[in-house]
Amino acid sequence: MPHALPALNDVLASVTARFGGLESSEFRGETRVVVPEPQSLEVLALLKELGFDMLVDVTCVDYLEYRGAKQRYGLVYLLASTTTNQRITVRVFVDDPDPTVRSVVPLWRAANWLEREVWDLFGIHFAGHPDLRRLVMPEAFAAHPLRKDYPLQGRGERHNFPVITRDHS
Amino acid sequence: MPIATEYGSLPPPDTATESRSEDYLWTLNFGPQHPATHTTLRLVLKLDGERVVDALPEMGYLHSGFEKIGEHLTFNQYVTVTDRMNYISPMANNVAWHHAVEKLLGIELTPRCRTIRTIIAELARISDHLLSNGAVGLDTGAFTFFLYAFYQREVIYDIFETLCGARFTTSWTRVGGVSHDFTPLVVEKIRTFVKTFPKTLEDMERLLTRNRIFVDRTKGVGVLSKAEAIDGGATGPVARASGVTRDLRKDEPYLAYADFDFQVCCASAGDCYARYMVRMAEMRESLKIVAQALENIPAGMVNVGIDQRMALPTKQQVYSTIEGTISHFELSMSNRGFEVPCGECYGATEAPNGELGFYLVGDGGEAAYRARCRPPSLLHFALVPQLIRGHTLSDVVAVLGSLNIIAAELDR
Amino acid sequence: MALNLPAKRVLSGNVELPENVVVSRLDELASWCRKNSLWPMPFATACCGIELMATGAAKHDLARFGAEVFRFSPRQCDLMIVAGRVVMKMLPVLQRIWQQMHEPKWCISMGACASTGGVFDTYSVVQGIDRFIPVDMYVPGCPPRPEQLIQAIIDLQDKIQAEGTVTGREFDTSQRQLRKRALVEANALHVLDAARNPVVQRELSASVHRS
Repeated sequence: MPHALPALNDVLASVTARFGGLESSEFRGETRVVVPEPQSLEVLALLKELGFDMLVDVTCVDYLEYRGAKQRYGLVYLLASTTTNQRITVRVFVDDPDPTVRSVVPLWRAANWLEREVWDLFGIHFAGHPDLRRLVMPEAFAAHPLRKDYPLQGRGERHNFPVITRDHS
Repeated sequence: MPIATEYGSLPPPDTATESRSEDYLWTLNFGPQHPATHTTLRLVLKLDGERVVDALPEMGYLHSGFEKIGEHLTFNQYVTVTDRMNYISPMANNVAWHHAVEKLLGIELTPRCRTIRTIIAELARISDHLLSNGAVGLDTGAFTFFLYAFYQREVIYDIFETLCGARFTTSWTRVGGVSHDFTPLVVEKIRTFVKTFPKTLEDMERLLTRNRIFVDRTKGVGVLSKAEAIDGGATGPVARASGVTRDLRKDEPYLAYADFDFQVCCASAGDCYARYMVRMAEMRESLKIVAQALENIPAGMVNVGIDQRMALPTKQQVYSTIEGTISHFELSMSNRGFEVPCGECYGATEAPNGELGFYLVGDGGEAAYRARCRPPSLLHFALVPQLIRGHTLSDVVAVLGSLNIIAAELDR
Repeated sequence: MALNLPAKRVLSGNVELPENVVVSRLDELASWCRKNSLWPMPFATACCGIELMATGAAKHDLARFGAEVFRFSPRQCDLMIVAGRVVMKMLPVLQRIWQQMHEPKWCISMGACASTGGVFDTYSVVQGIDRFIPVDMYVPGCPPRPEQLIQAIIDLQDKIQAEGTVTGREFDTSQRQLRKRALVEANALHVLDAARNPVVQRELSASVHRS
């Protein structure tokens, strides 16, 4: 892995030894590793064993309007180690229709709500998640707002409520 | 079978509890409108008399689409929105946002800018901890403590207002610098604050720290073990009170923190009392940083130089040099802006509540393609059920207060 | 209510009044009592909630104006101060609390977000609570300074004094609140599903034809 930070070389070496060549890069001092979906859970489990005990964030980027994007959804797993203070970013790319990724809740409890939020806002299904329901939007909401094809002002959901006037308060 | 309620459906009840005879368990909605839920949080509690058997937290009652707005506003416009995230320390959010943006753009700040941002970030930390501990006091019944805390916050608001004109929605940082530099009056006010704050802090400690009632209400309540804290992604005072010695100011120094001498405050008990003590101690450490930094503010420019074409030049430069005029023109015209690389990065700072980070995706345009905010409060709120199981209803209030969950940051 | 009393007053029927007797109308007296002891119900959702707390704290003391008792139970309050943005998920809660308050009741919409949606013209923020509940006083600002909120309470007190009646007749007329544009008046729950909402479907098909 010629582009990774020196301190993370052994980590990436162990990952490569078990899983074969994974594309990695470095930008602004951060190491990113791209993992294909079938291996995502195993790679993350290995990283957890290698010392990345804290899951900082799970999020997603919708590349619908990004020039040169090959797949629509790019999941981001930000990991950190409380013992060695290293960070690593794991990318998993999935595509329409029916984007599905395996849930990492068995590894880190923090993933529970973070994955629920990604489901809510992007519509990515997490297989094996114990309780996948909407987190920030109301349960009856039918769209996934942070997708690029959903407008900023919404589709009128925010206006559809009963009006209470003075005479029937 | 999900249970349908008016505001959403609950997941099916846990089978372990189902096996006991459950007629006497009742459901209490600790609703989004409640004095002790700091603004809009919701907990559906299953109670056995006064004891909490199970809890289901619900959030989203303040979700305003911050991340979607981030795709439409430029980097300098979005800082106004970051003010409204953790609204009890908005300066810390401003600093965190621009830290991430400047990391993406690859900008190196001037020494003066780093120092004054550090001072203001630490003042914001003091302000946040004052309100957080004040709210713990208020929720457990100590109203005077709350008033003392608020009075000191008014002094800090006065400093912020003298600096940039707004009490707390300041939008003070800009790409490559800040919007208003320190004036001698601001420095004087901060100096006075540094002199007078320790006395008030002592008064506040005398009220609560060894107060029998407060200690009984918070010691042993809401215990979070170190392993649970790491597994649950807790950061900041909540994690440090459980023994996780992680502080981004020391572990990944940013701004001018590497130049100052301060300690990271940790405790090992992990209960509400430990979190209260950690915040009180952190206020003292922050004051130390401010005192050191105030006497050592480097002279020089506060924004990055004109040649970098990132920050607006001073009026002197605009009117007297050609580079200043061109730079001002290019930055102000909407389709000329500055160079944003097509890349992604994550920039985190140690906000008063924990690790506040922004994952930014740039696509060359002047607005971010994706601006994700990683809120510390989200993971803390997810920890609530395991912290209150087995405790009484009044302990729920103490736990919620000690976690310092800010709904706007939680829901974004 | 002017309390400038001459030493001895004479009513129209030549009845003399001693100094310790005050004559007024019942409406004015009731309004005077109500305005000087408004019990706010702080519906604080976001940043304006912090300024609301600061208004109640020691430096800008709201208790001076009689509005000290911040009771969080709607059954005990008469002034709802909506401080902060109200999102779609919170609006039914807001409406329910408004309906739980007893009359006479008033509402102050504090801040830009509660008045018009503020900086958040997004899919989830209600663009002004006055679309859905009746509002008496708007306080602009983001957030409004405590002094602005105090001014709003003073203005509301003047409004109560000028228009108040003891029986609450001033709340009976529905003409006083002009309805703002709302797309549909219906039960909230199912219309959040855009697929079953005819108005939304019409708009969507219109936008598909446009694009």
